[in-house]
Order: sequence, then structure tokens, then C-alpha cells
Amino acid sequence: MVVLKLIIKNSFRHTLRTALTVVGLAIAVLAFGLMRTIVDAWYAGVEMSSANRMITRHSVSFIFSLPLSYKDQIAKIPGVTGVSYANWFGGLYGDPNQWENFFPRMAIDPETYFDMYPEFIVPPDQLETFRRERNACVIGKKLADEHRFRIGDAISMEGDIYPGSWTFVVRGIYTGRDKSIDETQMLFHWAYLDESIRAVQPGRAGNIGWYVLEVDDPNRMAGVAEQVDALFMNSRAGTKTETEKEFQQSFVSMSSAIITSLEVISFVIIGIILLVLANTIVMSARERMREYAVLKTIGFSSARIVSLIGGESLLIAAIGTAFGIAGTFPICQMFAEAFPTFFPIFNVAPLTLILCVLIAFGSAALAALFPAVRASRMKIVDGLRAIG
Amino acid sequence: MITVSHVTKSYFRDKIEIPVLSDINLVVPPGEFLALMGPSGSGKSTLLNLIAGIDKPDSGDITVNNTTLQTLNETELAQWRSRSVGFIFQFYNLLPVLTAAENVELPLLLTKLRKKERVKHVDAALKLVGLGDRMDHYPKQLSGGQEQRVAIARAIVTDPTVLVADEPTGDLDKTSAEEILTLLEQLNKEFKKTIVMVTHDPRAAEKAHVVRNLDKGELD
Ligand SMILES: Nc1ncnc2c1ncn2[C@@H]1O[C@H](COP(=O)(O)OP(=O)(O)O)[C@@H](O)[C@H]1O
Ligand SMILES: [Mg+2]
Repeated sequence: MVVLKLIIKNSFRHTLRTALTVVGLAIAVLAFGLMRTIVDAWYAGVEMSSANRMITRHSVSFIFSLPLSYKDQIAKIPGVTGVSYANWFGGLYGDPNQWENFFPRMAIDPETYFDMYPEFIVPPDQLETFRRERNACVIGKKLADEHRFRIGDAISMEGDIYPGSWTFVVRGIYTGRDKSIDETQMLFHWAYLDESIRAVQPGRAGNIGWYVLEVDDPNRMAGVAEQVDALFMNSRAGTKTETEKEFQQSFVSMSSAIITSLEVISFVIIGIILLVLANTIVMSARERMREYAVLKTIGFSSARIVSLIGGESLLIAAIGTAFGIAGTFPICQMFAEAFPTFFPIFNVAPLTLILCVLIAFGSAALAALFPAVRASRMKIVDGLRAIG
Repeated sequence: MITVSHVTKSYFRDKIEIPVLSDINLVVPPGEFLALMGPSGSGKSTLLNLIAGIDKPDSGDITVNNTTLQTLNETELAQWRSRSVGFIFQFYNLLPVLTAAENVELPLLLTKLRKKERVKHVDAALKLVGLGDRMDHYPKQLSGGQEQRVAIARAIVTDPTVLVADEPTGDLDKTSAEEILTLLEQLNKEFKKTIVMVTHDPRAAEKAHVVRNLDKGELD
């Protein structure tokens, strides 16, 4: 207990220095936690993907569309148990400089889409009314809360990919099956989009953005992909079929430069954590060389001296990390509220916390290493002559 | 019994060798109270440190109670120190963050004693030096003389046969110095401690049975 007291008392001998170190560590840990959580949020779309869904898109890029006529042919392929389709709409809602106006908007097949996505839960009566009304839409709970949209409200916006003024009536609000489900989407009838565009640009009618395939057995996915793509190889629009996970990754990789820089920054932060801690521990240990020499004179082994220094380093690191982790949650919460639609899923992952703790322990050990080696190599007579 | 035979020791400063002790021979029988005197820089502390096993001679043998120190490695030497010598410094060298009792308990942490027994030993040692009522005081709440008495309690708590003291009264006023010397005398007489004390205070030397002078690295 005396040794423990010695460690604790030593850690707080310079209250201001220790306090500044703890604050520095807490901020760095917090920044690391936030950084990791942003990266996780980016990849959340990939994690969300279902194991038995596939996406068929244009072979060149998903910005090119495919004819709706492929649907029946795809449905006949063995292993495919369901086919739906969707189309990116885009559009400008409200002030485009506000993040919360950036929610995803898609035209979908009202009959099949929600069967393919059981994680989007729509109350059955709402789904019924949605299906019956041409310009009806279903929106996510989070989006509804954010904009105070209620059932029956009309949402108007300007088209960009599809020019004109558009108005949708909210007929349903979906909730996610769990926290990882994006509740910020707006989904409306593909037929409404198609008939409107047919009137102004007939050439663009009859096309969809991508097909969603449900496959009975994930092991058959590779075979299904080959068959689908072979089927349309010589058509006007070739296809590329991949698992939903691969499809999502292709989105994410577009912003990989940003992700990479965030990851680099988080490594820099680890370096900062180490430096902040090492600076304090090196300083304290240097001031205590005489005391370590006295302890050695009494008969304390070098290993015991090392554990005193290591213990002090660990204690300060632990306190800083605890504050940092405690701060990570509210900061991430604030971040999520500030950019609700930009990062629909924004949770601090357990792995992030584990990493924080591991980094803290690792830094504590590394920071203590140099002074510990010095103290254990120090000759007692030299230490006793040291002023401190 | 402490035997120092043909001991030499030099230090290096900026690669230049500074001879400190040359061919030192000394025998301290058990129960002796020996004072080492000599001008500053003559190597008194160095010799004391060699006897206490916190430094090693360049050549020669040092035997303390049948243990030849140079046969021990670092770890064995540390264990030997914790059992066999008590060290008293000029500037007390108490840990400021620990109370008097905790400072005295430090050497006992290296033993197998349980907390209860440790407390008993600490109690006895502090009472012996007359500080039974200052157990929970921190060093900065004590006078210099009291601090030195705590340091003496720390030196004797493991009941070593040898005490080495490096100018134990060097930083004290006359009255406090007198108290410390009386205490050392008592430890020598009643508890049969062999004491080797470095001092350049003639009054301190008076208390000793034997006074040896060290000058220019040689013992008279
Ligand atoms: N650890 C050391 N490193 C280098 N020189 C030392 C060391 N210890 C003592 N010396 C030198 O050795 C000489 C004797 O020192 P010391 O034994 O402390 O003398 P005294 O105690 O008699 O005043 C001095 O010149 C001192 O500077
Ligand atoms: Mg000296």
C-alpha cells in the first residue's frame, strides 16, 4: 500500500503539470475517438449490407441507368428469389448549404422494395396507403424528426438530375430494425418519376438506376452474378452484378482520400498522446533520481524502481484516457446531431474504446521506458549526488 | 567485523582519472563506533559508500560480517544492504510524499513481514528515536533534527548490525546535533550496532571510540 501511495502521491506532486498532462491526453484520446467514429460512420453503409442481397448496375458506372425490362429476365435466373429496383433522384431541398437538407432521395418500386429491405420497418397500414398513391413517399424516422415532417405533409423540391418541381406527400415513416440502420432516407414511387420524365424527356423513360436481387443462398452469389452479367453482355447496356457489400464499398472508396487522411491524423494523435505523456514522465523521473537512489540504497531493486515510474505513467495515462473516453460520447453525440443526414449512423464502436485503452497503456509503457532504463542503470553514488 | 584491505578507487571526470582512495586498509571490530575524519574531498564518503555496498572498489577486498561484497551481483548486493546496513545521510533523504511512519516502513516492504508486524516494528523504531508522537507527520512538518531521527529509525528498523552515517550532524544546529550523537551512542552501546560515521565535527568525533583520519586518499 505504501508503494501505491508513493505512486499516487508522486503523480500529483506537481498538480498543475499533472492536470495539464491529463487534459492533453483527454483531448487527444477524444480526438482519436471522434476520428475513428467518423471513419466508422463512413463504412457503416458497408457494414449494414445484407448477406443475401446483390446489386446489378450498369457495367460502366452506377450513374448510368438500366432498362426496366431486365427485371423479368433477372427474376428467372436460378437462385434469385426476388428482384426490386431503385433510382437515385438527387434534387435540391431547401437551403443546399445546410447539411440536414442532404438526405438521400430515391425512387423505388413500392411493391417489392420493402420486402427486400426488412430492416426498414414500415407500419402495414402506412405501407398500404403509400402503395396506393402515386406521389406518396416514405421517410425515415430520424429525417421526420429532424424536419418535423408528419404523415400527410407535402415535401417540395427542385429536381437537378430530373428537372422540374416535385412534390411528395408523406404517407409512411419507417424505423430501422436496429441502431445501425439509416433512418434518413426518402423513398417514393419510381412510376411517378418515370411518368413525369416521360412527359419532358421521353428518351430517359423506362430506365432504373440499379436492381436489387435477393439470392436464396449466399454461396450461390458468384454464380448468380456471372449468369446475370452474361445474360446482358451483348445488350445495349451491359451489367455488373456484385454483392451489396462490394457495391457499398465502391461508394465508400470514392471518398477514400478523406478517410485515409483521417486515419493518418489518428496516427498522428497517437504520437501526440505519447509525447505529452513521455514529456511529463521524463521530467518527473529526472527530478526524482535522488529519491530513487535513496530507495536503491535501502535495498529496492531496479525492478521496483521501474515499477514506480511505470505505475506513475500508467496512472496518469489511465486518468487522461478515462476523461477522454467520457468526453467522446457527448462529442460524438453533438457531432451526430450537427450532421444528422451526412452521418446517418454515428455510434462509438466498442473497438474504438478498446483501441483508446490499448493506446493509453502502450503509450504509458513507452513513456516510462526511457526514464526507467535511466533510473535502473543509474549508479547509487551518482544519484545521491544529484540535486533534486 | 568490517575488513577493508588494499582498496583503491578512482572516479573519472571527462575521461580524466581522479584517484580518490589508494591502498586503504581498515578493520572495524564488531560493536565499534568509528569516526572517519579528514578534509573535504579526501574520500571519506567514498570509503563509507564502499563499506555500505553502494559502490564498488577498483581493487581490494571489503568483507562485512563474513560477506565479501565483490562476490555479490547487483541484486544480491541490494538484498544484502536491505538486511545488513542502515544508512544515515547528511540531508536525511526522506521521501517528502510519505509520512514519518511510511518512510520508516520502506525497508520493511522488502521483507516478508505482514502489515501488522511491519507497523509494530515501525512503532518501536520511531519510539526508540523519541518520535512516537510524530508518526503521521510529513517530513516538511518536522524539524531537521526530527527528520534525522526519522532517518535513523528507517536505518535501524530492519535491525542491521552495521550503521553507516555520512555527516549525520552536518546540517543540524548544536542542540539537534547533540541529540543525534547521543542517539547514535545509545544505539552503539545498548543495541551493539557497529557504527562508521563520517564527520568533520570534532564534537561528533569525541563520541566515537576510534577516530581515523583520511587525507589525500590515505588513512593514517
Ligand atoms: N560519483 C562520483 N563521480 C565523480 N567523482 C566523484 C564521485 N564521488 C566523489 N567524487 C570525487 O571524489 C573525491 C572524493 O569525494 P568524497 O568521497 O565525496 O569526499 P569527502 O566525502 O571526503 O568530502 C572528490 O574529488 C569528489 O569530487
Ligand atoms: Mg562527503
